[in-house]
Amino acid sequence: MEAFKTHTGLVAPFDRSNVDTDAILPKQYLKMLEKTGFADFLFDDERYLDPGDVETPVSDRRPDPGFILNRAPYDRASILLARANFGCGSSREHAVWALKDFGVRVVIASSFGDIFFNNCFNNGLLPVILDESTIDELFELASDTDGLELTVDLEQCEIRSPKKTWHFVIESGRRENLLSGLDEIGRTLTFSESIQAYEAKRRTQEPWLFE
Amino acid sequence: MAARTLYDKLWQRHLVDELPDGSALLYIDRHLLHEVTTPQAFSGLRSAGRKPWRILANIAVPDHAVPTRKRALGVAGIADRVARKQVETLSRNCEEFGITLIELEDARQGIVHVVGPEQGLTLPGMTIVCGDSHTSTHGAFATLAMGIGTSEVEHVLATQTLRTQKQKNMRVVFEGQPGFGVTPKDLILALIGRIGTAGGNGYAIEYAGEAIRNLSMEGRMTICNMSIEAGARAGMVAYDRVTEQYVEGRPQAPVGERLDQAREYWRTLVSDAEADFDREEHFPLEALVPQVTWGTSPEMVSGIDGKTPEFSQLAPEKRESARRALDYMGLEPGRPLKGLSIDKVFIGSCTNARMEDLRAVANLVQGQKVHRSVKQALIVPGSGQVRLQAEREGLDMIFRNAGFEWREAGCSMCLGMNDDRLNSGERCASTSNRNFEGRQGKGGRTHLMSPLMAAAAALAGEITDVREV
Ligand code: SF4
Repeated sequence: MEAFKTHTGLVAPFDRSNVDTDAILPKQYLKMLEKTGFADFLFDDERYLDPGDVETPVSDRRPDPGFILNRAPYDRASILLARANFGCGSSREHAVWALKDFGVRVVIASSFGDIFFNNCFNNGLLPVILDESTIDELFELASDTDGLELTVDLEQCEIRSPKKTWHFVIESGRRENLLSGLDEIGRTLTFSESIQAYEAKRRTQEPWLFE
Repeated sequence: MAARTLYDKLWQRHLVDELPDGSALLYIDRHLLHEVTTPQAFSGLRSAGRKPWRILANIAVPDHAVPTRKRALGVAGIADRVARKQVETLSRNCEEFGITLIELEDARQGIVHVVGPEQGLTLPGMTIVCGDSHTSTHGAFATLAMGIGTSEVEHVLATQTLRTQKQKNMRVVFEGQPGFGVTPKDLILALIGRIGTAGGNGYAIEYAGEAIRNLSMEGRMTICNMSIEAGARAGMVAYDRVTEQYVEGRPQAPVGERLDQAREYWRTLVSDAEADFDREEHFPLEALVPQVTWGTSPEMVSGIDGKTPEFSQLAPEKRESARRALDYMGLEPGRPLKGLSIDKVFIGSCTNARMEDLRAVANLVQGQKVHRSVKQALIVPGSGQVRLQAEREGLDMIFRNAGFEWREAGCSMCLGMNDDRLNSGERCASTSNRNFEGRQGKGGRTHLMSPLMAAAAALAGEITDVREV
């Protein structure tokens, strides 16, 4: 997994709550078999005026010039700012892959859908939770400044603009995992003996599960 | 020992180890797989040279992207080239890794959350995961069942464990009995309307109260299914006689001495009387009426006698999303929900496509006709077994005679990955669980409701109160 330490990038203010994973990556792209190739389909329903699918070349489609990620400078944004419950809905990790593939490294919101939140950590995408008043402040800043740049520093747990610094809280385990970028499965397999011992115990308690 | 909730008990029973990073390693008893969220996980295993830890824990079934016609042709009947490749990839992966697959043409095929309980793959006391958020459905069996992402699918395959954090405990107590025409779907929609789609974030919910005790397993599954729409990864119901009777005799359920042994353990799968919940919601049912969603989030819901909101009645922070939702839905503020004309009807999905749902619908539509203004009324059974049983009972003929299309099992128009979908601007009475923008097709307008309400809408050609039919 890709490690995350510090990232500086442009903020796209996406002033919405309850952004669901169907909106982030619509169903027709869930048929793909890889973790990449989703960048053009991020927010597909809103990004294009005409419908699309895996087999329609994007060059044949009409982007909606009003959609934020189609507009300069936000077409190169790498920090997405949104409101409550970002990533609610389905478990599709494709939503995270699409954000990453587009170049997003950080999503800032006041809360996240539980499964989406987990999926982010498994892909080196940092979800940052800030309280609603700080989110309001950031939206204001982003609307005043054309192309607000922020630095998100996971080592210090802070977000910095040229004028101000905000702190965020993140569970220490999750933070360390992202900083190290180590393979989770590999690390879990170092507990193989515990897993085996556990299984042996369960086998005697609930043998019907193992037969 | 201190009093524990059902969730606490399930958690402790499955705890393998506490990890240095503060999370826990939870043992997974059952892993369900489908075609859409697994290809990248199998690729990951392959490239790391890993094998599934315990092959027998896994079982796969294609359901999301499969067509609901021409089933006899099997995979060759999938006209969509990309979807066909995905279903073939699942078969190939299962073969390579030795995982049992219920094939498309198998009479047991169906939506993974309908198939699991039906086949006895879902047993009380288990931890169950699947790369699908509606895995919460299985919580109806006093299991800890959660949706996971594809990286976690790979992790579970390789290690039989999930790295996860303990949630807080929430109990929802439904008080009293629902009235005529008010179904489990209405209970859960009303709850989501009250606590919001983020209301359950960070909690495992236990549903309790007299109304839950009196519900069948199918009704309990409908409620647990939509826990994720309330923001909770897991929802559950305590074990009781109803659970016992449902499970016994299922193809994969234990028998004989093993069953006695299992039953003894299963009967402990209830919250202790003194157990503490971090949060309790009491929900009286006497005044509850059938529910219909008006917007693009399941929390945008109202009783059938209600109206779309006036912006001035809403909290300021809710106004913008309500405005956007009404705009998408083609509705004005303050419009009564009753009388809203519909283009399509979808009766199906892992929320509402089991026998009881279909029987209730058949009862209502017998000898009647789908209104001629309705372009399409689909009934998609949750599994091949449901389909067969419905046909044995003659329900399919009732449906067909009334003008419904009777299809093969799968997710179908719940998410429109196959060719069952809404066109832009079409309004649909749907028994599924999500009314997000574009969920059933780009520009499609979904109104979530119970099977009874959807059937009544089909007959009337408009959203109507089933209690008055
Ligand atoms: S029926 Fe709908 S909600 Fe259920 S698993 Fe299928 S797509 Fe998901």
